[in-house]
Amino acid sequence: MGGVEKQRSIIDFTLSSLLRRKGKNAALLTVYALVVFFLASVMFFTQAIRKEAAALLASAPELVVQRTVAGRHDLIPLGYIEKIRGIRGISAVRGRLWGYYYDPLFLANYTLVVPEAFPWGTGTIVIGQAVARRTMTVEGSVMPFHTYSGKPVNLTVVNIMPATTELVAADLILLSADDFRMLFGVPPGLATDLVVEVANPAEVPTIARKIGALLPDTRPISRDEILRTYEAVFDWRSGILLTLLSGALLAFVIFAWDKATGLSAEERKEIGILKAVGWDTGDVLLMKFWEGTAISLSAFLAGVILAYLHVFIAAAPFFEPVIKGWSVLYPQFRLTPALDFSSLAVLFFLTVVPYTVATIVPAWRAATVDPDAVMRG
Amino acid sequence: MIELLNIHKTFNQGKTNEYVALREISLAIASRQATVLKGPSGSGKTTLLGILGGMARPTAGRIVLFEREITSLPERFLTDIRRRTFGFIFQQFNLVRGIGVLENVMLPAYPCGERHAILRERAMALLELFGLAGRAATRVEWLSGGEMQRVAIARALINNPAVIIADEPTAHLDTRLSGEFLEFMARLKGEGKTIIMASHDPLVYEAGLVDRVVEMRDGRIVYP
Repeated sequence: MGGVEKQRSIIDFTLSSLLRRKGKNAALLTVYALVVFFLASVMFFTQAIRKEAAALLASAPELVVQRTVAGRHDLIPLGYIEKIRGIRGISAVRGRLWGYYYDPLFLANYTLVVPEAFPWGTGTIVIGQAVARRTMTVEGSVMPFHTYSGKPVNLTVVNIMPATTELVAADLILLSADDFRMLFGVPPGLATDLVVEVANPAEVPTIARKIGALLPDTRPISRDEILRTYEAVFDWRSGILLTLLSGALLAFVIFAWDKATGLSAEERKEIGILKAVGWDTGDVLLMKFWEGTAISLSAFLAGVILAYLHVFIAAAPFFEPVIKGWSVLYPQFRLTPALDFSSLAVLFFLTVVPYTVATIVPAWRAATVDPDAVMRG
Repeated sequence: MIELLNIHKTFNQGKTNEYVALREISLAIASRQATVLKGPSGSGKTTLLGILGGMARPTAGRIVLFEREITSLPERFLTDIRRRTFGFIFQQFNLVRGIGVLENVMLPAYPCGERHAILRERAMALLELFGLAGRAATRVEWLSGGEMQRVAIARALINNPAVIIADEPTAHLDTRLSGEFLEFMARLKGEGKTIIMASHDPLVYEAGLVDRVVEMRDGRIVYP
């Protein structure tokens, strides 16, 4: 009980001590919280977007087979489907048609995809939210296109994809196979790539190897490889952001180090008084520990909460362009909160602990002097 | 009650600026008496006061408090004894600026782990005694010299110590406030406290409450 009361009394005194230097401590707290805010925002954003991408890719095919000519992706003959189907362990193979279309009118790139089933028939399209925003299109509008030979073609918008798909479907246009071939001049026996479904996911690498051996001009790409590439891209982007932030971070470290390690003459005198009136070194260190903890913990909590609001509620307006990518059509979406407690713990140990230690060390040096020093002024 | 046996104190020992502050001090301070250490500046009064009050350790010699030797006790135990036995009044008062009168008075008791409400009550009773109850929330830097002195005395009494130690208590006070201070000390002595003061002010060492004057010069006790 006495121990609790002692802690309480010392915390009380620590807080009133902090209030005495209101301006200085408020400035420190603000800068500190801002740094935690930026770091936590990058962390939350990267984690959430990776989780989102992984969740979306979960429904992606196990294996995609592309044909390459001179090391470049080329159209693949649909005749390859039969050859691949003969490999054991494959449950289905089908051709896919997809590509990119540049719209000079709106200065935007669209991704055109022919889905497995497109019930609306030729002459119609289904578009993503960002496309609709950019072109100010609503259901029933007509969108003008030019075929590969320059001939103008009008396609009618029959549907706009829901906002929930926006991360991956922002610039997407779905259309029928016939319209796709007509727009890009893809002959009937060819597809963009092939999708292979494998019954047992463990066999994917073996099957990929077999496809490679059977059709040497093809390149099988597994879902895991795509996922790894995505992760690398997001890690790389958050790395860029962290590099940009590192200058600010360094400035903060110097500022905080200076504040935490340097005791002013007034603080030094105060420690002398406390020792002279009966505090021992441990009590003084306890007070400094609470002081460091109060500042760093408040800054950490404020920074993390602000970062959470910034990323998951406000959709990260500060560094959206860097992390999401470079495009004319930015997806507008709200990320699903994804908190990784181990990363939060790392952030905690990198911010709260060093600061607290940095406040204790100089106090320890000041507190080990004989209390009678204060009697000599 | 406090016995010093052959105390020596050397500062910066072994360095070029070595300085011997106290030599061969043997002294016994009786309980419930007022003792004054008298002597010019640099005679070793403050150093001796620090050693008597357990604030500093002697370089050689022994300190016996209530028949218990405390010379080589670890800091934690020594501090605990110090805060329960001694109340200190410093020359410059040494109040903590920026916080209120009440909190300043309560400060020495924080490490004892007493319940906050009880401690507060005790501190308020002391402020009442010194006519400062109305100033409890006032920051100490806004007080007059006399009020600061009374806060310093109240703070010295918060742990109900048996001994009050005051270093040059009247150095910054005018004659009226010095008289007031000595009245407070007389009252405390009357309540059974032991008073030890260091001073070269005749108002102090010639005061009626003083039972014994120990004269010092060059770090030694001067015997008449």
